[in-house]
Amino acid sequence: MDHPILEFEKGRPVKFTFENQELPGYEGEPIAAALLAAGIRVLRESPRRHRPRGFFCAIGNCSSCLMVVDGVPNVRVCVEPLRAGMRVERQRGHGDIR
Amino acid sequence: MKSVEVAVVGAGPAGLSAALAAAGQGASVALIERDERLGGQLVKQTHKFFGSERQEAGVRGFVIARGLAEAVAAEPAIEVRLSSTALGYYTDKVVYLEEPDGLVKLRAERTIITTGAAERMLAFPGNDLPGVYGAGAVQTLMNVHAVRPGSRVLMVGAGNIGLIVSYQLLQARVEVAAVLEAAPHVGGYLVHAAKIRRAGVPILVSHSVKEALGEREVRGVVVQRLDSAWKPVPETEATIVCDVICLATGLTPLTELAWQVGCKMGYVPELGGHVPWHDEDMRTTIEDIYVAGDCSGVEEASAAMVGGRLAGLSAAASLGHDRRVAEMKEVAREELAALRAGPTGDKIRKGLARLRGAGGSG
Amino acid sequence: MSESRLGPSETLRRTGVPAEADLDGLKSALARPAGMVAGPMAVLECFQRIPCDPCASSCKRGAIAPFADINDLPAFDPEKCNGCGLCVARCPGLAIFVVDETFGPDEALIKLAYEFLPLPERDGVVAALDREGRPTGQARVVRVQRPKSKDESTVVWVAVPKSLAWVVRSIRVEEGRLAQEASRES
Repeated sequence: MDHPILEFEKGRPVKFTFENQELPGYEGEPIAAALLAAGIRVLRESPRRHRPRGFFCAIGNCSSCLMVVDGVPNVRVCVEPLRAGMRVERQRGHGDIR
Repeated sequence: MKSVEVAVVGAGPAGLSAALAAAGQGASVALIERDERLGGQLVKQTHKFFGSERQEAGVRGFVIARGLAEAVAAEPAIEVRLSSTALGYYTDKVVYLEEPDGLVKLRAERTIITTGAAERMLAFPGNDLPGVYGAGAVQTLMNVHAVRPGSRVLMVGAGNIGLIVSYQLLQARVEVAAVLEAAPHVGGYLVHAAKIRRAGVPILVSHSVKEALGEREVRGVVVQRLDSAWKPVPETEATIVCDVICLATGLTPLTELAWQVGCKMGYVPELGGHVPWHDEDMRTTIEDIYVAGDCSGVEEASAAMVGGRLAGLSAAASLGHDRRVAEMKEVAREELAALRAGPTGDKIRKGLARLRGAGGSG
Repeated sequence: MSESRLGPSETLRRTGVPAEADLDGLKSALARPAGMVAGPMAVLECFQRIPCDPCASSCKRGAIAPFADINDLPAFDPEKCNGCGLCVARCPGLAIFVVDETFGPDEALIKLAYEFLPLPERDGVVAALDREGRPTGQARVVRVQRPKSKDESTVVWVAVPKSLAWVVRSIRVEEGRLAQEASRES
């Protein structure tokens, strides 16, 4: 982003998948930022009423942004760093911890 | 088990200052931060700081953060632990830390809690829709990760955070539809308000959110006017098209660690909610535990830096370190008094008087 | 130079826009002493007591007195001011402007802090906005001063019709007018 005050240093460009769709991102940025840059804001569905949820605090406090990453549920994608080849899925309801 | 004289939990402006002050007195310090970087909320601040030159007035927030982080890196007595979350404080002064490689136990003679504060939620229908974000979240996305939060934002709250983040949104070339404020006056510095008004952003005082619109994501918002008793006035609803509703209606101190340790807490609205009781040396009711920054009372970064310094000096002095400590503490107290002397300091002075007068509650 | 302002007006506190009542105090404080050469002069649109003092040390001519209490309003001495604009670049609130009503036979010059992209170009034309962000016409860009330090703001000098010297306080760069502003995304 061109910015009047800040200079940004992003990690190397990588690819990851979201619900079988391949998306671009930068290594090390929060998964939620990469999703947002791709226009994806609905990150999960609430347990009882299946309401769409996104992130809220973006610093790992509020638990709004929990998704399934590489099969692991309840990942706070607003702080979890993106790595190449990650599989990201919307979490539906409570995480399934096996 | 690792052992250190002073553990500082949270590396925002207060924690960084506390660590530097304690190390400057000769204490060994462990600076614990759950994020991958030092600086806390300071790294996102693009505006030039207020306060006096002693607190780096005129310097941009993220530049101050960089300076503090560099000073910490250059200080051999400070051990920095990033991606390290303090889980609790237990008998024999042991702090448990969760880190990527596993659990770490750290014994600390003194612990300074500088964990900051977090955005308050606001209750309205649709407030859980994707697109309702805290102001801090919007700042993180724009100023740290270079991602625009949306294309048209409705800002709720005309305190300093709401006004500053609105300006930052304009700098990131995101439209700000309006800033709502429930009170009849702008709450933040009027110069911040003037900057965004000059850029054509309306400020609607005595207004609040009625509901968020959108099925799967925010597509707009219905706002309403409030009367002098802060009650909604019927038939004053108006719809504003936006894809982000940004909440900047106040911060609440993050005090889980203080509660867990057993510090006496006080509920003081002027300080943001529940805060640990603390004296003029920033010491809590638990002898070895100190606090500073927003978790001790929501204020400003300048005050957080000075308060952190005071806590670091006090903790080090209590261990016998003394390199003109009394003099430096006096200077810090004078700086805090100066920052709080004007009308904008009324709230914090009242809050602290209330906290100390009451003696805290369970 | 002592201050005896009554504080920000009710209008300013409600809207964030300084009202005539706030500005009148400023105009009278700037009334030029007899015998003084006309020219550019700093206008400090700072009406609220907040803890803030970097403007004082930014001035190399001592036109802004050192602060006894950092919550005071700046104490400005027009006799010492040459309109250089160092304070414009320094003020954290972007609240200081330089105004020169004698710039040209029909034009006044305004120096203002500008922290957006795209930056205007010298000799370019921009929209001139008032304190509410409403366009009042066009302004000619006379100079764009990039700061030496990232902590200071870029200062843009614009020429406006004389009658708007106390009205124009912001600009908008019209995207279509800048030749090198290719439509870059992100």
